[in-house]
Amino acid sequence: MRRLTALLAGLIFGLGLLLAGMSNPAKVLGFLDLGGAWDPSLALVMASAIGVALLPFTWARRQQRSLLDAPMQLPQKRELDRRLIGGSLLFGIGWGIAGICPGPALTLLLGGYWQSLLFVLAMLGGMWLFTALERRRTH
Amino acid sequence: MVIDWAHFTPWTALAGGALIGLAASLFVVLNGRIAGISGLLGSLLQRGTDGRDEKALFLLGLLAAPLLWSLFGALPEIEFQTGWPGLVLAGLLVGLGTRYGSGCTSGHGVCGISRLSPRSLVATLAFMASGFATVFVLRHLWGG
Repeated sequence: MRRLTALLAGLIFGLGLLLAGMSNPAKVLGFLDLGGAWDPSLALVMASAIGVALLPFTWARRQQRSLLDAPMQLPQKRELDRRLIGGSLLFGIGWGIAGICPGPALTLLLGGYWQSLLFVLAMLGGMWLFTALERRRTH
Repeated sequence: MVIDWAHFTPWTALAGGALIGLAASLFVVLNGRIAGISGLLGSLLQRGTDGRDEKALFLLGLLAAPLLWSLFGALPEIEFQTGWPGLVLAGLLVGLGTRYGSGCTSGHGVCGISRLSPRSLVATLAFMASGFATVFVLRHLWGG
């Protein structure tokens, strides 16, 4: 059952990205371009998503188990450290260069665009680099 | 600041955002998991990850969404504005940055803010700020 709900949630998420315009890099860059003609649409995407998710997440925070009896796995870290801020700043630079973040990169992958294939390969490379650097640090 | 009214699409933005919020809610309420794309993808690349099947199926749903969409109509407009060197650099930075920062637009921006996490709020402010700054530099200083 949880496999089915995972697949369904992923599908709805992807349809949402497509409908919202998040999967159009030109539109994302139009949102990030405060200094030019600014398209505020994506601020509404975020506000709407948070508005819908706020109550369910408030409920989830107080539970030990999910409705389908899985352990509730919410992040426990609290500290605002250099990794969090530095990593997020780097991510933002990449987002600003191409207008693509990880979700839309995957929704675009089967659309037949060479650009999305190249981006996803580079993104996987970046994630692999992280894992390799972490392994080196802890050994 | 000049608003680009010609490209402003409030209704599809609100409706698409609501679907994203619904999907994230379903995943946490039913599966007890955070719908953070970089986190799901990154953890599948590592050894010893729990719940591989659920994570992979969520991502499979994401991949399949445009195929389902195209059964009912034409896909929305998709336009890339970056050449291959930029795409490679951007992909590397997004992959590396989201793993160091423990999340992206979905994990921090939607799920994290919805559960009122200070870490996610700070991360979201950081990547939005550097995203705005990067586009400003590339469009108005570098090329301008």
